[in-house]
Amino acid sequence: MLLSDSDLEAIWLTVKLASIVTAILLLVGTPIAWWLVRSRSWWKGPIGAVVALPLVLPPSVLGFYLLLVMGPDGPVGHLTRVLGVGPLPFTFWGLVLASVFYSLPFMVQPLQNAFEAIGDRPLEVAATLRASPLDAFFSVVLPLARPGFLTAGIMTFAHTVGEFGVVLMIGGNLPGITRVVSVQIYDHVEALEYAQAHRLAAVMLIFAFLVLLALYAWRPNAKKA
Amino acid sequence: MEKIEARFHVDWPGFSLEVDCVLPDRGVTALFGPSGSGKTTLLRCIAGLERARKGFLSFKGEIWQDDTTWLPTHKRPLGYVFQEASLFPHLTALGNLRYGIKRATTEHKVSLDQAVELLGIGHLLDRKADRLSGGERQRVAIARALAVSPRLLLMDEPLAALDLKRKQEILPYLERLHDELEIPVLYVSHSPDEVARLADHLVAMEEGRVVASGPLIETLARIDLPIRLGEDIGVVLDAVVGERDEAWHLARMDFPGGSLWTRDMGNVVGRKVRVRVLARDVSVTRKHQAQTSIQNILPGRVSAIANDEHPGLALVRIQVGASVLIARLAKRAVAALEVSPGQEIWVQVKTVALLE
Repeated sequence: MLLSDSDLEAIWLTVKLASIVTAILLLVGTPIAWWLVRSRSWWKGPIGAVVALPLVLPPSVLGFYLLLVMGPDGPVGHLTRVLGVGPLPFTFWGLVLASVFYSLPFMVQPLQNAFEAIGDRPLEVAATLRASPLDAFFSVVLPLARPGFLTAGIMTFAHTVGEFGVVLMIGGNLPGITRVVSVQIYDHVEALEYAQAHRLAAVMLIFAFLVLLALYAWRPNAKKA
Repeated sequence: MEKIEARFHVDWPGFSLEVDCVLPDRGVTALFGPSGSGKTTLLRCIAGLERARKGFLSFKGEIWQDDTTWLPTHKRPLGYVFQEASLFPHLTALGNLRYGIKRATTEHKVSLDQAVELLGIGHLLDRKADRLSGGERQRVAIARALAVSPRLLLMDEPLAALDLKRKQEILPYLERLHDELEIPVLYVSHSPDEVARLADHLVAMEEGRVVASGPLIETLARIDLPIRLGEDIGVVLDAVVGERDEAWHLARMDFPGGSLWTRDMGNVVGRKVRVRVLARDVSVTRKHQAQTSIQNILPGRVSAIANDEHPGLALVRIQVGASVLIARLAKRAVAALEVSPGQEIWVQVKTVALLE
């Protein structure tokens, strides 16, 4: 066996985390992106900036604040205690919540671009054909933005797979709960298990390459549509 | 109230629209004017695509907009044809047609089959938008707007993005639409030919204001407020092909009050056509001239004289039977011939344009 059981466990955990985060972000990121494109509100600027923050912030900074917010004295920590869920840091769902924030721009920005590219006209046409705004969103915007959704989904998934700093700050290193592939590799290196680190790192490298290959190979079609 | 009443006040940086007009609820009404005159904005306000801060719009007595009411576009029983066809690229031509039909709640006065037949797009239905030519796309777009059985059809320069050949391809369909359907059409255009050919009613706009509004033929025959439809002032006449002189390749166009010979363009006798006579092509004589190259000489009566733009020129309105011609004459000639209202006079028409 090339990969140990704990490696496989880390891979499975990583895939599970990335899938859940991508699913949540599809639901959360789509309305945010739509609002950012359509709104004329003053809040557009600040909200857009907050969404983009994870792009420039060091993961440790983001992780630190999330830790404070989710911690027993933070508002989210307080809420989870009241709800009887217990504290989120160093749990899988804490990691999910942190990853949702961390990967938010990778979902929102491609969607924003896709929505912007569609423009006003198809929506106006839909309105003159008796489609309500919500109807038009599902019957016109979603099909036209499909390439954008694919890009956003792939980027979000891949980015969540690749995160490290935030995981260390929020999730720590608990086997089967928060020990994702990137952390597992770090462990191997720390323990001077270079051969194992190599195998797992190679898996990540190939995965990342395939994801980007898929994105780029498929781009020309997206443009034509 | 079987009319369309529209009052809009729009104030944007560098543009304002101040419109208060009553539009007929039948036939084709052309919103005509140079670019930037606000005709598209007016159309978009009527469609609800633009929301004038202050506005009132009633359609045959139904309030679509006033201080407290705002009917969103998708609840207005209208069809809209944009300048670019704007077909949904993810659907076939048929898919585009069905999109509106599925959602239309009004009774179906125009069926899918009728729209398809009227625009001649039966062979294009399973094609996607990018597999259609510009003219075909626009025909599908017009059929799509018709297929929702609109009670009002709004067309925003539907031919402007097309070349001459494509225009010629679509115009006959628009004429059929006019002849066969009883849907009132508001037609935005800056093309004098389209307007002269299609419109029953003319709304002339300039700088966000309506400068004239009325039945096309009457409005163009005004000399107190001359409307320049294209290069020159001139009248439009509804005529019927009365006779063809095949030896000389001429055709006689009979209009209410007289007839005019034009080049024979191959129209069959009995066909309804529109002709246009420009003021600069009309001259007058006191006596009937026999030895002249002018082929069209008609008896008329001067009904009014007005100043033209140049101080040396006058516009003379001449009643010919039930119709009106406008002549542009030098004021010196008006004085020398003692042309005055009420006077019987001979009208010479040098050129008649058949609108096709």
